[in-house]
Amino acid sequence: METDLNSQDRKDLDKFIKFFALKTVQVIVQARLGEKICTRSSSSPTGSDWFNLAIKDIPEVTHEAKKALAGQLPAVGRSMCVEISLKTSEGDSMELEIWCLEMNEKCDKEIKVSYTVYNRLSLLLKSLLAITRVTPAYRLSRKQGHEYVILYRIYFGEVQLNGLGEGFQTVRVGTVGTPVGTITLSCAYRINLAFMSTRQFERTPPIMGIIIDHFVDRPYPSSSPMHPCNYRTAGEDTGVIYPSVEDSQEVCTTSFSTSPPSQYKTRSRQILINSLHSISEPCRYSLGTSDQGWYNLLMVPGKEGGVPLASNQPVHGAQADQERLATCTPSDGTHCAATPSSSEDTETVSNSSEGRASPHDVLETIFVRKVGAFVNKPINQVTLTSLDIPFAMFAPKNLELEDTDPMVNPPDSPQTESPLQGSLHSDGSSGGSSGNTHDDFVMIDFKPAFSKDDILPMDLGTFYREFQNPPQLSSLSIDIGAQSMAEDLDSLPEKLAVHEKNVREFDAFVETLQ
Amino acid sequence: MNCRSEVLEVSVEGRQVEEAMLAVLHTVLLHRSTGKFHYKKEGTYSIGTVGTQDVDCDFIDFTYVRVSSEELDRALRKVDALRNSGGDGLGQMSLEFYQKKKSRWPFSDECIPWEVWTVKVHVVALATEQERQICREKVGEKLCEKIINIVEVMNRHEYLPKMPTQSEVDNVFDTGLRDVQPYLYKISFQITDALGTSVTTTMRRLIKDTLAL
Repeated sequence: METDLNSQDRKDLDKFIKFFALKTVQVIVQARLGEKICTRSSSSPTGSDWFNLAIKDIPEVTHEAKKALAGQLPAVGRSMCVEISLKTSEGDSMELEIWCLEMNEKCDKEIKVSYTVYNRLSLLLKSLLAITRVTPAYRLSRKQGHEYVILYRIYFGEVQLNGLGEGFQTVRVGTVGTPVGTITLSCAYRINLAFMSTRQFERTPPIMGIIIDHFVDRPYPSSSPMHPCNYRTAGEDTGVIYPSVEDSQEVCTTSFSTSPPSQYKTRSRQILINSLHSISEPCRYSLGTSDQGWYNLLMVPGKEGGVPLASNQPVHGAQADQERLATCTPSDGTHCAATPSSSEDTETVSNSSEGRASPHDVLETIFVRKVGAFVNKPINQVTLTSLDIPFAMFAPKNLELEDTDPMVNPPDSPQTESPLQGSLHSDGSSGGSSGNTHDDFVMIDFKPAFSKDDILPMDLGTFYREFQNPPQLSSLSIDIGAQSMAEDLDSLPEKLAVHEKNVREFDAFVETLQ
Repeated sequence: MNCRSEVLEVSVEGRQVEEAMLAVLHTVLLHRSTGKFHYKKEGTYSIGTVGTQDVDCDFIDFTYVRVSSEELDRALRKVDALRNSGGDGLGQMSLEFYQKKKSRWPFSDECIPWEVWTVKVHVVALATEQERQICREKVGEKLCEKIINIVEVMNRHEYLPKMPTQSEVDNVFDTGLRDVQPYLYKISFQITDALGTSVTTTMRRLIKDTLAL
């Protein structure tokens, strides 16, 4: 409904409404970015801050808003809506809230555009800043990341509240009367999620497989230049200078984690895709198997820009079948990472998880041994005949030992178990070699890295062996266990009596904890 | 002119008092602060820019927005009663916006309130950590409701002092801060479980107002 508004006032009002709409979208979307917003106050007018508020402009958001508006302004029956939705990493999405900027027919003809309307729009933006932090979606957006992200969509036209589910609630942010109608800003939000709360999403276990890290850089470009606002004090009627705003804004090349879904905003989907590309490599856990059937857990270190690991050690030996897994080290199921040519602290561990190879096959397969730290020799395929003892110069020059070390000179007998297995399951022998070739088990000296022989009666290897084969706990043996159980039961009443006497002490202690 | 009065009530645990109070105070002051006025010739003036900042509460699941002004934040935090949060009790804080009206000598300027926000705080003591956790969430939800109430009042667009001329700006606004300009305000407290304290506060205020010149 047109009023007696002069053309200048009409132009100004249209401009105010347009930039109010753009700033509204910025405030809403920025409040759902998932982080705290902070802008600086400036005592001197910068000339670029509409409504005297420091609200930064994210170019993509402005672009989307302008695209949605398509040169129109909110009017009766034509509302500008910002839809905030949640999308899980599995692809499910849910609308959380819809912010509506509407215009109705109720006009306030007496109001002054230049002064009152502008100040009230400023107040309304402040209210919007406050309200965007109190709806349930805010807390969800602060916790977005691995399991879900928050998206936005801007559309113009009729408000669509169907996606909010039943029983949604509305909150009115505020209204501003103008000579052409009353501007109303409100929010309709889903409440079902409020009861589910963020706990549901926190309890969701991490997605197995690829975990996507959605943290992206924050784009904060400079806003377009504007002229300072000059106001008249009350009672003066001379003309007022308004800021002239350039519509063009710088395009930001950085990417942005919230973007609208599916068919409406293909460009913004691109923004989401770009944002995914811009993030650092995720922390990725996967089980990989090498060609030879070695099972390894590859770990790619994550968020600090970790480097993907090289693949598992290629092991030569075509003789090794898929099922043939050699036991090489005492440790089970551990992970490791290795780069082929690294001379730093690396380990290659191949673990057996299944299958029991025949000794003969085991012996003929390739042993990939643990290599101690700071070893210069590359950890590549190792054949039985080319094994090197680490720190050979420190190793005792015991020819007998070396001769009986099956890793150097494997025994020919097919019934012989894997030499390391043999050493592991021995009862432990200290010092000296005991290559008793007549027995099934060959006793060898297990040489852990950095160890020296014959200095202490109990060397590292002995300790290691004993550690591997501890005696059974006496309490676990049946007779002793039964006896002690009976004794325990008998002594229970006495113990309870003692505890009851000390009840006060316990209560006092508990109170100090609270 | 009648003074507009709004009352809010909250129940909080002892250590939540300060944050709850600051959340309410800052939300109100966000709406009642403008940028600094810069007067020019011919009675025109320009207005500075107000920045905003999100503040996460430590003891409440709540985030509020405040004006980006360290001076203003310090001034609010200096209020001692915010920290007197021990034990059970019922306290009341009043945030009063007023205008000064010049009086002739020897009378001091008159302070005419035009809006008063009263926050009644009921402090509860909780025994277990689980109760505290529930309290964190519940108080957060309650504060959300209070913020919505505050915003509703603000957007009624009721009486606001007229924009003053340069000579009168100090009668309407607190021009002492460097970066923002809130309306003139004062904060007072009353703790009702100690009657003596409340009388002292009132007397102190009367004396201060009388002597202020």
